[in-house]
Amino acid sequence: MSRDAILNAVRRGLKRGPLPADQIAMLRGRMELHPRHLIPARSRLPHPEQVDLFVRNVEKEFGSVARVPDLDSVPAAVADFLAAQNLPTSFVMAPHPELRAVPWSNRPLLTIREGRAQATDQVSMQHAFAGIAETGTLMLPSAPERPTTLNLLADTEIVLLRASRLVGAYEEAWDRLRADMGGMPRNVMLVTGPSRSADIEQTLELGAHGPRQLHVVLVEDAG
Amino acid sequence: MHVSTAPAFKANAHQALANPGLQKALARSGPSFIARRAAAVAGLPEFEQLRDTARDIKNHTLANLDFYLEEYERNVLASGGKVHWCADADAARAAVLEICQKAGARTVTKGKSMIGEEISINHHLEAHGITPIETDLGEYIIQLRDELPSHIIAPAFHLNMEDWEEAFRKSHTDLPADRVFNERRDILTEARTKLRSAFLQADVGITGANFLIAATGSSVIVTNEGNGDLTQTLPRVHIVLASLEKMVPTIEDCTSLLRVLARSATGQDFSVYTTFSTGARRPGDLDGPEEYHVVLIDNGRSAMIGTEFHDMLRCIRCAACMNHCPVYGAVGGHAYGWVYPGPMGSVLTPGLLGVDQAGHLPNASTFCGKCESVCPVRIPLPKLMRHWREREFERHLTPAVMRTNLAIWAWFARRPQMYRMATGIAARALGWLGRKKRSFKSLPFAGGWTEGRDLPAPEGETFFARYAREQRQGLHRQGHNR
Repeated sequence: MSRDAILNAVRRGLKRGPLPADQIAMLRGRMELHPRHLIPARSRLPHPEQVDLFVRNVEKEFGSVARVPDLDSVPAAVADFLAAQNLPTSFVMAPHPELRAVPWSNRPLLTIREGRAQATDQVSMQHAFAGIAETGTLMLPSAPERPTTLNLLADTEIVLLRASRLVGAYEEAWDRLRADMGGMPRNVMLVTGPSRSADIEQTLELGAHGPRQLHVVLVEDAG
Repeated sequence: MHVSTAPAFKANAHQALANPGLQKALARSGPSFIARRAAAVAGLPEFEQLRDTARDIKNHTLANLDFYLEEYERNVLASGGKVHWCADADAARAAVLEICQKAGARTVTKGKSMIGEEISINHHLEAHGITPIETDLGEYIIQLRDELPSHIIAPAFHLNMEDWEEAFRKSHTDLPADRVFNERRDILTEARTKLRSAFLQADVGITGANFLIAATGSSVIVTNEGNGDLTQTLPRVHIVLASLEKMVPTIEDCTSLLRVLARSATGQDFSVYTTFSTGARRPGDLDGPEEYHVVLIDNGRSAMIGTEFHDMLRCIRCAACMNHCPVYGAVGGHAYGWVYPGPMGSVLTPGLLGVDQAGHLPNASTFCGKCESVCPVRIPLPKLMRHWREREFERHLTPAVMRTNLAIWAWFARRPQMYRMATGIAARALGWLGRKKRSFKSLPFAGGWTEGRDLPAPEGETFFARYAREQRQGLHRQGHNR
């Protein structure tokens, strides 16, 4: 059987048999503790400065950010963005409780469908589990209330992120994910800016196969 | 199936040097990769320390690879996925085909995968009536042109706008013939439209993996286009192709490697999409594949463990070595003849195809050391290439003239007195012959050098002789104190 043949070949190369029990216990312990390595100093900042760093990094990666004071301000921010970009006022939205809690009816012109994205959707509204200041990255784990297709199929993706969910380094976001979701969700996307390609003459062009635009609505709820 | 032309490296290189389109592409793209990496590294003061960390994580994993492979499998199974262990390319091709046939697949979308190129999966699927569609933009045009990628992260490195236009006009015959391609964006938009329908229709999606995480049973892909994510999200079945050495123990280990990967590769701080996949669709999920298969491939890796080429298994396929290589920069990727070009290819290809097939590659190096100096996991690439040269010599694969010359040189090198005497005579003779012009346009036995450039004439004195003279005159000490 290939499995055993491969494992035996690995052990032959390492010039030993299967690992002894104490070594296995040590390695299991390492996996359970999942120790962090060096974390770059760039994100070791007070929280308000982490928020600023996040915004700078999203913009550096060709995304855009609208900072709003509370959830009540979200519908206006979304409507303004869509109008400014000449986009339709209808979009597909993640069926997430926090998005449902937004008073969308304040803007009756917005037409919202909940669910996964279809090929025809031009705009999607996603919910961010976390934001990572280090590189301006959004953490978007899959769940029934956070379909993955919302990150991929629409030309424009809008993402709601609460500043209280914003951390400095990736490691902090992973800790939050483990705490809130138990194990690994089926899919975790770390998204940094809109889709792009440099395959034609090694020159950057935005809008390859994923969203051409990535817009973050950042709710400053962190006090 | 693309047959390796690595044995014809010398002829390939000559052709490459005389290919104006390729030279145009190399001149344009080479310097930009170097500049972008340098800027990204300058932006992260901890970068050198992170390279040490990356090296250590990979070393730790390889030293315990059997354990981590078993843990990984356990966790893939626990999350509802399947692992198919494959000893070689044949077994991997058969495993992929079987999954596709069980799924009743007619079309398969593909994310970029170098192991996919290594096992020629596309040709195998085509031979069995299944249509594979490459969705990474660079891989897409490579597939249209039926050639191998010329670079491991930029498959179409060797092509120019006119090549793209030509391939698109030839292949997309359903579109108006009089459409214009004014700029790169027009190419990109046409590919986006064409491939969108492929994504939606595919029955199976095949991706590679940048990393496999033992503790969670996850596979990780890193892309900028989003094609890999559409490939692994939309079809009913997701197949991951991965070789053994993609393993890392934990998410934190993976995170540390990701910090050096994009910076070394494209000079980005982080790629646009870094995605962790763990098993199949969960209860209540509105999207995602219903089946998740990992085809775990050895194909020569386990045979490298514990040998002098062990360090090569740390490679995370960033391409920094080829981006900084003067040989790659002169001849491009296709001259190397197979899937992996540049310094990493010069080490890996002889390991996978045999040194009798690819012995030219480790010889195609100036040993300038640039590759090692930029490698994010600190693989001593020049040393490993030298090991291949030694093996080639031991197995009498080196040409007779070179063997004879090396034997003569070795005889002198083992007799320092004779060596100094012989080099002293040669230096004085050449110094005297070249005393007027200070250089030679041609010399017997040195045609390989003087064909392309003049050979500077020696000063008439060897290094040893000069050193001894300056020591006597006290110049050396003086120079030190200055």
